[in-house]
Amino acid sequence: METIKNHFFMDTRVMLGRSMRHIFRSMDTIITVTIMPIAMMLLFVYVLGGAIQTGTPNYVNYLLPGILLIAVANSVGYVSFRLFTDVQRGIFERFNSMPVARSAALWGHVLTALVSNVMSLTVIVLVALIMGFRSPAGVLSWLAVAGILAMFTLVLTWIAAIAGLSAKTIDGASAIAYPIHFLPLISSAFVPTSSMPSGVRAFAENQPVTAFVEAIRALLSGQPVGNNIWVALSWSIGITVLAYILAMRAYKRRG
Amino acid sequence: MSHNEFAISVQGLKKSYKNVPVLEGVDFQVKAGSIFALLGSNGAGKTTIVKILTTLLKQDSGHATVNGFDVISKPDNVRQSISLTGQFAAVDEILTGRENLIMIARLRHLNHPHEIAAGLLERFGLTDAADRRAATYSGGMRRRLDIAMSLVGNSRVIFLDEPTTGLDPEARMEVWKIIKERAGSGTTVFLTTQYLEEAEQLADKIAILHNGRIIVNGTLAELKQLFPPAKVEYIEKQPSLEDIFLTIINKKTHA
Repeated sequence: METIKNHFFMDTRVMLGRSMRHIFRSMDTIITVTIMPIAMMLLFVYVLGGAIQTGTPNYVNYLLPGILLIAVANSVGYVSFRLFTDVQRGIFERFNSMPVARSAALWGHVLTALVSNVMSLTVIVLVALIMGFRSPAGVLSWLAVAGILAMFTLVLTWIAAIAGLSAKTIDGASAIAYPIHFLPLISSAFVPTSSMPSGVRAFAENQPVTAFVEAIRALLSGQPVGNNIWVALSWSIGITVLAYILAMRAYKRRG
Repeated sequence: MSHNEFAISVQGLKKSYKNVPVLEGVDFQVKAGSIFALLGSNGAGKTTIVKILTTLLKQDSGHATVNGFDVISKPDNVRQSISLTGQFAAVDEILTGRENLIMIARLRHLNHPHEIAAGLLERFGLTDAADRRAATYSGGMRRRLDIAMSLVGNSRVIFLDEPTTGLDPEARMEVWKIIKERAGSGTTVFLTTQYLEEAEQLADKIAILHNGRIIVNGTLAELKQLFPPAKVEYIEKQPSLEDIFLTIINKKTHA
């Protein structure tokens, strides 16, 4: 009689290898996810930036954290898209009828989002450096920034997973991306919240993206991080746990 | 458990979708090492039975065991001992044929995945196309790859849900040959089909699913006895379009 072992890590590695091949064979996803934020960065720095008062001499320094978060938000639609295709094509059915660790297929997609974001974010930071971005941050601060961005990716990909798994059409699967794209715009990513009317300002100051933006900005400018990192962390853990549970439920229902 | 005479055993299986009953008490057994064909029109519930037996769906009531394992209480053991070829060729189109097979071998935690893949590619006449993306394959090649993926690991029971739907006559015969070979080597084959001829050609036992129940179950000879005895009539036998098609194709390939 066979012993049933759980091969979660090995299975997840196979799944990661699979979807990384998908990415490398359709580089357009990475290009889209990288170029759009770079275009926004150019637009904001060289077109609108002159009129924006942030209290910092170098607007690109102010802007970069928001651009990084937008790049992560842009990648989310692709996660839903890839998951939806797997469901549609019956690939998940095949995996689910095999002795494969239950959540490995989902983790494969989530880890792929992490790896592809590392690639696109690196390119964006390099372009920002060319545009005059400078940071006094040391290695530890950069690692903390990487950690915050990874957390943001995890939060959003698990939300995207729910959409990809429960959508009935491909448009529905990608629709999740729109509200997520909007959140960074109504935050302190581009302009200080103090310039906004009180209602919008209240929203902007209390929504999770602002905490992420402020934490990254403080780390990159060598300022004390304060509470923001803890606010960002609690939002992340709360939403990730909830989204993970919902995504797994949608996955099992689909399976 | 494995010495059980029956590879599949189903009693009183019931399943409804939102109060619409699909299965209303299905009973049958499949002998180990035999080919069992489940016939039924579209929407009769064939796929529902396949999904329940492959642990993708839970029945509302009744019992089902595969290789002696209950599908509800021992799903991992069931998955370990079966493989499924679903209704739509569930191959990863972005991966090559070889990569698809290696991925499945890895997910089944087998040693030497590369050798296993090479062997199956050879047997299924896919060696030349092995390193091309599956997206470039014809319908027949894709189906062959799909079935090859199900044979990775030599599962004791294989489920084929309408394996020849949408295939041209040549590809269909190829699939038939593969199925016969499998059964010849001791594997139990559970197959659903809408084609009476397919069941006639392949199956040791044929069951007909109608209105949620198995209305007939027996060998071809037994089924024939249910009908009035054959009458002898003299009719000029015209070649069927399939005969004509195959004759022309064969002439071409032999020319």
